[in-house]
Amino acid sequence: MELLTVFRCILLVLLIVCAIAVNVTRNLLQAVVIFMSYSSIMCIVWILLESPDLAVTEAAVGAGISGTLFLMTLKKIRADDADRTIRHSAEEDQQTDPKDP
Amino acid sequence: MKEWFNHWLDGDLDVMENILDAAEVPDRPREELKEQNRRFRDEVYQRNEAKGALEAGQKGFYALYTVVGIVSCVLLIGVLLFTVANLPEYGHENPRTVEVVRRYIEQGVQETGAVNVVAGMILDYRAFDTLGESHVLFTALICVMILLARDSKNMRTEYEDYFTIREDAYFDISKDSIIRRVGYVILPSIFLFGIYILLNGQISPGGGFSGGAVMGASLIMFAAAFGFGPVDTFLPGQRIRWIAFTALSFYSFAKGYVFFTGANHLENHIPKGTPGAILSGGLILPLDIAVGMVVACTMFGFFSLFKRGSIGSD
Repeated sequence: MELLTVFRCILLVLLIVCAIAVNVTRNLLQAVVIFMSYSSIMCIVWILLESPDLAVTEAAVGAGISGTLFLMTLKKIRADDADRTIRHSAEEDQQTDPKDP
Repeated sequence: MKEWFNHWLDGDLDVMENILDAAEVPDRPREELKEQNRRFRDEVYQRNEAKGALEAGQKGFYALYTVVGIVSCVLLIGVLLFTVANLPEYGHENPRTVEVVRRYIEQGVQETGAVNVVAGMILDYRAFDTLGESHVLFTALICVMILLARDSKNMRTEYEDYFTIREDAYFDISKDSIIRRVGYVILPSIFLFGIYILLNGQISPGGGFSGGAVMGASLIMFAAAFGFGPVDTFLPGQRIRWIAFTALSFYSFAKGYVFFTGANHLENHIPKGTPGAILSGGLILPLDIAVGMVVACTMFGFFSLFKRGSIGSD
């Protein structure tokens, strides 16, 4: 097999892995980071598909600006630790439940 | 398997937790936030009738959620696979679309004057499409402004204002010397690269949207590394609004003029120039600049609205 074909296959497999991982993870911060890496891989795929203008746009918008906006939204809605907080409190409740000996 | 899936659905199980583990750093504002969340949750859970109804509703909802989720996933996968199977093979001609494509490729350079056929397509043959895109961006900026603008009418309490300002100061990274030094080195090149892409849209890959996005990203990085002060001196909020407004109006009027005078094989008065030169392609270069200005202003406006609730210092 040609080297470029192998490289393409690796990139496409990585794309699928990223797309599944961003759904599977529960941590929103990790989801944003995986989404940004998806965009970076997609940028290389655009170059291999011979559309460099789309690659530049994908790198700037997909990996740069939308990632930044996502991170700032996470900070705004305080989601980076709200999930963890609720889970921790639920565990404490279960430990100190008076009805459950 | 089902149990595992339900665990994941409830949020008890994190598959990626062992693969990627971000260190949790406790700090004071976050501890206060956690305390607030805990108090709020206690208040909610003290109402027992609400708790019972909530749990019953959740059970029914989860059953429905699982079924609908699986069905819609399978449907979507089927539709997408069917569509992909019917696409023309990569690199082969589709007889239904080949007429338009051949016209663009063979006569695009003579008809539009742009060596970059893509720029000729999106800013000459299909410029109306790009006009819509620019207006979508502008509308998105207005929507974000409606939602996130921070002024006396929009803030609920003084406490919220105080808390947000304190939190912003706590998470401010613009004092970090590494970020400042890296900014000194790479920011000028990134901004110049954006201008280069913008001005060479008709002779090399790129154009208004790509160049504007790169310029907007470099403005965002500038504001993140050095604070909003330096950006506000050369791009006050009033100026950003005027640039976006002027660029959009220029695009609309210029393209409207061409539609009315150049359509239906009437004579077009705008000179095409020599293909390959920087001043070529008729209206493509000015339209590129207009689109780039709108995109750059919109991107920076998003960041500024998210970060401090206003486009400029005002």
